[in-house]
Amino acid sequence: MLLNMGPQHPSTHGVFRVVVRTDGELVLESESHIGYLHRCFEKCAEGNNYLQVVPYTDRMDYLCAMMNNWGYAAAVEDLAGIEVPERAEYIRVIVAELNRVASHLLAFGTYGLDIGAITPFLYAFRDRERILKIFEKLCGQRLNYSYVRVGGVTFDMTDEILADIEAFCDYFDPKILDEYDNLLSYNGIFISRTSNVGVIPAELAVSYGVTGPSLRGSGVQRDLRRDAPYGIYDRLEFDVPVGSGEMGQLGDCWDRYMVRMREMRQSIRLVRQAVKDIPEGPFCDKKAYRAVKPKAGEVYKRVEGARGEVGFYVVSDGTNIPYRVKARAPSFCNISILDKLTSLSDVMLADLVAIIGSLDIVLGEVDR
Amino acid sequence: MARLEIGQIIAVIKEKLPEAVVEEVLDGVEPFVVVKAEQWGETAQLCRDDSRLGFDLLSCISGVDYPEREEGPEIEVIYHLDSTVNHHGITIKVKLPRSDPRVASVEKIWQTADWHERETYDLVGVVFEGHHNLVRILCAEDWVGHPLRKDYEPPDSFHGIKNVIY
Repeated sequence: MLLNMGPQHPSTHGVFRVVVRTDGELVLESESHIGYLHRCFEKCAEGNNYLQVVPYTDRMDYLCAMMNNWGYAAAVEDLAGIEVPERAEYIRVIVAELNRVASHLLAFGTYGLDIGAITPFLYAFRDRERILKIFEKLCGQRLNYSYVRVGGVTFDMTDEILADIEAFCDYFDPKILDEYDNLLSYNGIFISRTSNVGVIPAELAVSYGVTGPSLRGSGVQRDLRRDAPYGIYDRLEFDVPVGSGEMGQLGDCWDRYMVRMREMRQSIRLVRQAVKDIPEGPFCDKKAYRAVKPKAGEVYKRVEGARGEVGFYVVSDGTNIPYRVKARAPSFCNISILDKLTSLSDVMLADLVAIIGSLDIVLGEVDR
Repeated sequence: MARLEIGQIIAVIKEKLPEAVVEEVLDGVEPFVVVKAEQWGETAQLCRDDSRLGFDLLSCISGVDYPEREEGPEIEVIYHLDSTVNHHGITIKVKLPRSDPRVASVEKIWQTADWHERETYDLVGVVFEGHHNLVRILCAEDWVGHPLRKDYEPPDSFHGIKNVIY
């Protein structure tokens, strides 16, 4: 039977359609259709000046907008040769890592929901709310921050907010994360639903351009924060968790899920270091705060987002409007492996939901 | 294997395919090489298979339209390659005539190219020869034109839905 899963389906996490050919409960093959949210961000970018493009990047991956802002800002900074003040670099790490936690919390909550556990969702949103409150205090926004901007950040980090962040870290790690592991990660039903399901071999994952936690779940040691450090990541200490096939085969859904859970601990570790060492000083380059006009040239800059490599290829022709902006969205590449997975082995229809959930896609970014 | 500098990477490509690299720009913010369009397929294969290079990850494919180039209207296709083993990367460009932009598909070499090439076809109008299913991916199937061409005019309406410009 040919079955349409989506475009409006709760487990596709957005407007995403998979046409599946089924035999009873078995999925024989699938075909993904994307583009329902396409608004051609790249065309919009060609009609605005460099600073006006930033809010568009928020709306790509709206669950970790800080990293998108950062990727774009870093690309333009490289192009225009702008020095980012030291304080801004520390603030960027703090907000980006907190945003990563918020994003992984949502992934954790909705993944439970996909599998059939409703409680973790409520817990995850309770704690995500604390991070969003901090961001709201910081920049008046809860999702589309546009906070990381070319040359630095938009507002300064006050001592009060730093205290809030420290309080959150103390509350969250390790007590709450341990609680989550007890609640879902090592739950017998959850393990039997996710282990040995949707196994992605490392080589296949790399060939499909899968990056981020989904790639590390397959055991590949790759994290741009460590392999191609940007900002001040080379000064900070953190580990890169990878999947090891603890509960089944290497690269199954449980491994990908668990990488995210372990990454949250590392993110909190990074936040603590950055909060401790943050220097005094300006929070943005004064000139770049007003206008940016890079020389003719081009650059491709990548940062490690919550879902993988966020890349921006920016071409300048010497005016204050970018000639071309191309965004490399991690979810776009990550979800392209889905059709291959269903053709490699016959999966159950319910497992398809588990696989899509474990890839943790954001459709705003897939379609751009 | 070890991490190579950009000069060493180019030397390896030149050693195997002496004719392929036609231009090197190493002084800009982003160093890149231009590869002859006819030899892109072989070069791509070499980039992935040579263990000194080991470019196993195709990070991104971008298409850029240059209708007002001195040497004639061109479309550039830019490949950003990366190695998860050697931790180095390279930017390779292929320059195509704007009137008939055709280049070999690399989806057999890096499977991620399947969707990236479809996207570049959809938005910039580059034809990737040998692609198994070169259809639009982001725009609707019956969309007319390629939005990221510089001379693209947005339609007034699409299936009776008016294009409202604020």
